Amino acid sequence: MRGPVELLTAAQVQIANAADLAALDAVRVAFLGKKGAVTAVLRNLSELAAEQRPAAGQELNRVKNEVHALIEQRREVLERQALEVKLRADALDVTLPGRGLSLGGRHPVTKTMARIERMFMNAGFGVRSGPEIEDDFHNFTALNIPENHPARAMHDTFYFPGGNLLRTHTSPVQIRSMVEEGVPIRIIAPGRVYRCDSDQTHTPMFHQVEGLVIDRNISFANLKAVLHQFVERFFERDAKLRFRPSYFPFTEPSAEVDVLWEEGKWLEILGCGMVHPNVLERAGIDAEEFTGYAFGIGVERLAMLRYGVTDLRSFFENDLQFLRQFR
Amino acid sequence: MKFSENWLREWVDPNLDSAALVHQLTMAGHEVDDFVVQGANLKDVRVAEVMSVSKHPDADKLSVCQVRTGKGATVEVVCGAPNVRQGMKAAFAAPGVELPNGLKLQRTTIRGVVSNGMLCSAIELGLGDESDGIIELPQDAPTGADLAGFLALPDTILEVNLTPNRGDCFSVSGLARDLSAVTGSSLLPRDQPAVVVTGKDKHKVVIDTPAACPRFAGRVIRNIDADAASPLWMQERLRRAGLRSIHPVVDVTNYVMLELGQPLHAYDRDRLTGTIRPRFARPGEKLVLLDDREIELHEDTLVVSDDSGPIGLAGIMGGRSTSVSPQTVNVFLEAAFWPQDVVAGRARRYALHTDASLRFERGVDPALQGKAVDRATELLLGICGGAAGPLTDVVDQQHLPQPAEILLRRSQLSRLLGIDIETEVVERILKSLQIDLERQGDGWSARVPRFRFDLRIEHDLIEEVARIFGYDRIPERTDVAELPLGDVTEARVDLELVADTMVARDYREVVTYSFVDPGTDRLLTGRSSELVLSNPISSEMAVMRGSLCTGMLAAAVMNLSRQQERVRLFEIGKSFHGKLDAPVETMRVAGLAIGPALGEQWADKARTVDFFDIKSDIQAVLALTGSASDFTYSPTDIDSLQPGQAAAIRRHDIAVGYVGKLHPAVAKQLGLRKDVFLFELDADAVFSAKIAVASPVSRFPSIRRDIAVIVKDEVSAAQLQHAVAQALPDLIREVRIFDVYKGPGIEAGLKSIALGLILQETSRTLTDQDADFAMQTVVRKLQLDYGAELRE
Repeated sequence: MRGPVELLTAAQVQIANAADLAALDAVRVAFLGKKGAVTAVLRNLSELAAEQRPAAGQELNRVKNEVHALIEQRREVLERQALEVKLRADALDVTLPGRGLSLGGRHPVTKTMARIERMFMNAGFGVRSGPEIEDDFHNFTALNIPENHPARAMHDTFYFPGGNLLRTHTSPVQIRSMVEEGVPIRIIAPGRVYRCDSDQTHTPMFHQVEGLVIDRNISFANLKAVLHQFVERFFERDAKLRFRPSYFPFTEPSAEVDVLWEEGKWLEILGCGMVHPNVLERAGIDAEEFTGYAFGIGVERLAMLRYGVTDLRSFFENDLQFLRQFR
Repeated sequence: MKFSENWLREWVDPNLDSAALVHQLTMAGHEVDDFVVQGANLKDVRVAEVMSVSKHPDADKLSVCQVRTGKGATVEVVCGAPNVRQGMKAAFAAPGVELPNGLKLQRTTIRGVVSNGMLCSAIELGLGDESDGIIELPQDAPTGADLAGFLALPDTILEVNLTPNRGDCFSVSGLARDLSAVTGSSLLPRDQPAVVVTGKDKHKVVIDTPAACPRFAGRVIRNIDADAASPLWMQERLRRAGLRSIHPVVDVTNYVMLELGQPLHAYDRDRLTGTIRPRFARPGEKLVLLDDREIELHEDTLVVSDDSGPIGLAGIMGGRSTSVSPQTVNVFLEAAFWPQDVVAGRARRYALHTDASLRFERGVDPALQGKAVDRATELLLGICGGAAGPLTDVVDQQHLPQPAEILLRRSQLSRLLGIDIETEVVERILKSLQIDLERQGDGWSARVPRFRFDLRIEHDLIEEVARIFGYDRIPERTDVAELPLGDVTEARVDLELVADTMVARDYREVVTYSFVDPGTDRLLTGRSSELVLSNPISSEMAVMRGSLCTGMLAAAVMNLSRQQERVRLFEIGKSFHGKLDAPVETMRVAGLAIGPALGEQWADKARTVDFFDIKSDIQAVLALTGSASDFTYSPTDIDSLQPGQAAAIRRHDIAVGYVGKLHPAVAKQLGLRKDVFLFELDADAVFSAKIAVASPVSRFPSIRRDIAVIVKDEVSAAQLQHAVAQALPDLIREVRIFDVYKGPGIEAGLKSIALGLILQETSRTLTDQDADFAMQTVVRKLQLDYGAELRE
């Protein structure tokens, strides 16, 4: 029979040589199992003299614990190795694309319109809408454009039999909102508008965002401020604006606004002015007490500048190759 | 309006170069659309005389010319122009001269003949876009003279986009007047020599309708030289204004109109019969216009008539019967004041758009008529000779526009502009516009000149002050307003959120036209829209869409033709319904899907999109309402959809949309060869939302029990689901469908549906006995309601 020291040495060698968890378990059984070598020696302790027993028992227990610890250490190593092998086998080509749906995208025009809406809503503007099939009164007469007015020639209008028309601008919403809500008022009205014109730079349908602010002391200086802020927020950069005298029957004074796009190149982006007293009065508002400004932003124009679109018509062609460039 | 800068500078000549002048005009509200410099590089081109022309010995279309250039001996030049002829004055460029188009001339041999320079065309000289030969100069052009100097070049052609309120600027002199106010540069003095009256002939003019014609000026000029031609300087100015030279009489009337803003008309005196009377047209009257078109006159149209009937549309266009011709020797000139409301809209009614109507609609200075006749007389006599008769000037002062008196308050000026402009500055500005001022209280009483039809109220004067002061000098100041909190409602689903959800489900937003092809729309909606445009852009864009799918399908066809095999589109916009006098606009959300369900990839087998893919997208969108269970889907028979793969979507009992597969026959008609699945929802009905009401979560475990039942084919999954849920509403939390089977083992006409039931109580843990009892109840109810049999 081997002594404790020989047992330990033999166990150390076998544990170190155990190549896998099964082999290690066999070693455990061989030494610490019911019929294992250490167990057998323990069982034979009783055959020793009484005075030798405690020391031998202690020695054997030490060996037993040591073997146990060595096995556990080895088990950890082997388990880690086994896991590593398994994980290596599970490795993926992480550059392969993910599965399932990808993401669609908004149309650049509606996206632009939504952005404009958000900017003005943050400044306390309400968002209003109105019918696209309008009557002559709201589209023209109430906006100080009586029948036969030369300004009607500026609007190539789509008509329906019976006199209704497709609104040529979002300005009718001004009238409807003033009449319904009264003043003070602070709104924008985004939407589709229509003009009977189709060439490289005109589409028969396009989008505008109308703005209207009426209160007791609204001035042209206020109009200049809000539009300058708008243009800078929209393009997210400093912008130089030019307010140019112009003419709209429903505003007086009226202006067209150009932005300095590149050196020496001014681009017209919107029309605006102080609401004409005739318009206020037709909406039942005292033009002595209230003043206001209004503006009309051409959405496509801004979207073209913002996203570098060079052909207006591509917005309505809806070619996926074009649309995929937008989020 | 297009005109020559040199001409403008004859009237006012501010110390500004062309670019600065353009800027000033633009910032004064006269936007310069375009300006083109002509003759800037026209150096060393000279007036030459063609002494002889002979045919080129070796080329049919070429001539060999002897040309006198004013320097030394005649030179031989080969010329290909068809209009070259002996005695002609032309523009000559010698070898070494560089033309504006960059061509540098060299002595060349053309088919054996040496050409010592070139006779030039308008295109080669940069003086026009068209030419039918070399430029022909007048006979009195001095041979050897510098062409640029002779033609008053260089010159800039300005194209000004006049706003319709500024009729007073619709001429060189009118624009000069405004430019003078803007720049502070005085108008240059001009003297209009008195017309030497040598004839006695007057044509009788009677005005019966003074309100419609308060002033009519005219003059007879006899014995003009019918062979005279307009001088080159006049032809050039007309050309630079975009008008062709036609006939000296016509050229003169056009020239005076461009110069003064007063349209004139010239009649052939010998073709007039009796008294000239402006009057409204009578029922049934017709008129043949100068352009040979015969029009039927409307009674609201003012005409000029003589004893033969109408001879012209007042302020719009003259008639054929009395017009001047190359044979005309006696002329009657007309310059009338037609008020704006008499002319407005009339030209458009007859599909006309003339220089005269443009000006009268915008307002012509009522003081100009006599002046314009005198100026035209002076020019005409200078060109064609003849004897001028005395001026006819019939005026009804009472009906002429009166100068407006407007009160301008300082307080209002400051309030509207947001800046205090010094009193002296305001006064200087208004006076520069020929507005007379009288101080009155806190402001002024202003008397506005009669040519300013646009100045009627205080705001108009405020704009004038701001315009001349400079919009750019008005400060920016953010307005101050009350800022109550805005609404953030949960009662409606924001359409932005709907759009974002569609985007998250891999749809691409499109914007299609609201007007569509009537046939396609009818095919999809099953009805013909009443909302047909009177003046559509084209027949394919003639009717307001009754369905968003009309435009979206067209976009799909286009994309498929451009090699896109997977097309998933959505649109949010209005559809149009109802009658012409009561149109209805409905906000809608629509989408379509064609091709593979997923983009092509390595992991999953490719599968074509089907009904349940698109239904799942709709369910996702409808889930935004917080009450997805409000919506039911039932088989429907919409003509445009494939029977058996179409569902009407209802919220409670109200139809709110549909989903389905486009009928293959319809798809074929539209040129679609792939399966198309589409849906359309009424946004107003769909997107009212329920605000969530939370109930406590049960802490007791749930039990799942599965059953499979065999039912007839016509029994729908929804019916079974509903029946199960109803069987024990307090116990059954959820009913899932996890299999549908037809085939071997199941009799034809029947199907097996496997249901997974989730059972849960809020107050206790369920026992197996509870579950067994529940399943017996469910099975019994399915047997009773639908004759279902438990599948073993």
